[in-house]
Amino acid sequence: MNWDVIVSYLPLYKDGLLITLYTGWFGILISIVLGLVTALIVHFKVPVLKTIAKIYIEILRNTPLLIQLFFIYYGIPKLFGIVTDELTCGIVGLGLLGGAYMAETFRSGIEAVDTIQMESALSLGMTRRQAMFHIILPQAVTYSVPAFVANLIFLLKETSVFSCISILELMFTAKDRIAVSSTTVESLFLVVVFYLIVLLPVSIIGSVVERRLRYASFGN
Amino acid sequence: MQALVTDLGFDVLFKGTNFTRLLGGMWVTLKISLISVALSIVLGILLGVVMTFKNPVTKAICRVYLEIVRIMPQLVLLFIVYYGSARLIGLKFEPEFAAVIVFTFWGTAEMGDLVRGALQSIPKHQYESAYSLGLNRSQTYFSIVIPQTIRRLLPLSINLVTRMIKTTPLIVMIEVVEATKVARQIIDANRVASPNAAFGLFFVIFVLYFAVCWPISLLASHLEKKWSN
Repeated sequence: MNWDVIVSYLPLYKDGLLITLYTGWFGILISIVLGLVTALIVHFKVPVLKTIAKIYIEILRNTPLLIQLFFIYYGIPKLFGIVTDELTCGIVGLGLLGGAYMAETFRSGIEAVDTIQMESALSLGMTRRQAMFHIILPQAVTYSVPAFVANLIFLLKETSVFSCISILELMFTAKDRIAVSSTTVESLFLVVVFYLIVLLPVSIIGSVVERRLRYASFGN
Repeated sequence: MQALVTDLGFDVLFKGTNFTRLLGGMWVTLKISLISVALSIVLGILLGVVMTFKNPVTKAICRVYLEIVRIMPQLVLLFIVYYGSARLIGLKFEPEFAAVIVFTFWGTAEMGDLVRGALQSIPKHQYESAYSLGLNRSQTYFSIVIPQTIRRLLPLSINLVTRMIKTTPLIVMIEVVEATKVARQIIDANRVASPNAAFGLFFVIFVLYFAVCWPISLLASHLEKKWSN
């Protein structure tokens, strides 16, 4: 391992890291909003929209992100003549995929709250809306946390697939270095270190939050 | 109708052996997934049993292993095994072989964790009740514990199969010729004759993956619902 090479590569990987974080952040933001809306649509059984939401969830959850990205990036522009840049395609693709996973997470969180909670809230004179916001959703969030953290990690890892549509993120940087130079070991070492920088904090903070919430809800 | 088929780039599918080639590419992905799943299930069951041991050394090793798999993107692992192996240990693996190693490494960890969860979810009173009814140890395992474990495990491990199939297309990055690679070859060869081939081909691949994964997912959720009561 040549440390001079590693030092000289640092700025490149830093740029890759920023793009990974940028695309990951916006993709996850879209996922959360889309997932929440979809979960509420399914939960409240909104006519027509409910069917669309279910089809969306099934399609996105049962196809690979790589194929979704190829379709969005290479396929769709042919049909509609709209040309989108790689970054937009990546963020939209990740957002759509994440939305489907988040929707399932939030939905099962809401369903995990016992119906007796709603009935008790109503019998205490709360309106349905008050019960939803003060009683059901806080508990649903607690139940959703472990799957939510797993989704965050999954989606951040999936940003590595962006390298296939030439987004200059961490994986692409490593691939590019391996292709143009004979510094395979250094390039791979750096990509591992940089992914650890991104994902280790999420993993650690996630498990601390999970433990605290478990304590809060069950007291053990 | 004919014009529409051409406009959407579906016409290339019917030229020569294009469609069969596409299916062939798809089969490469499925073959690697299925081999990896089979190996992962066997190794994962062993790992799951090891993970229930109270030994601090095995516990620590399993934890590190699981954490690596949890936070490293599969693409990074593929690169390490495919490109790194030549440098680090002087062995050049075939890309398909490297893919099987990586997906088995990943699948074993996932399966192991599922098996551990399923084993630990069987409450102690199940064992105690069985013993108090006069069953011996092996009868208890085979008639009481293992059937319940399988009921918890099977839907989750079927989901692992679809996750494996959804991750395997990444092998295109280590130069395996699979469906998307075949699609790009066809697109390049028909650049003038059907400029919209990209839409038709990637749409078909999209549908093919859905057609493979969706029934498997449905089976998993059906079993989950059936056995949850």
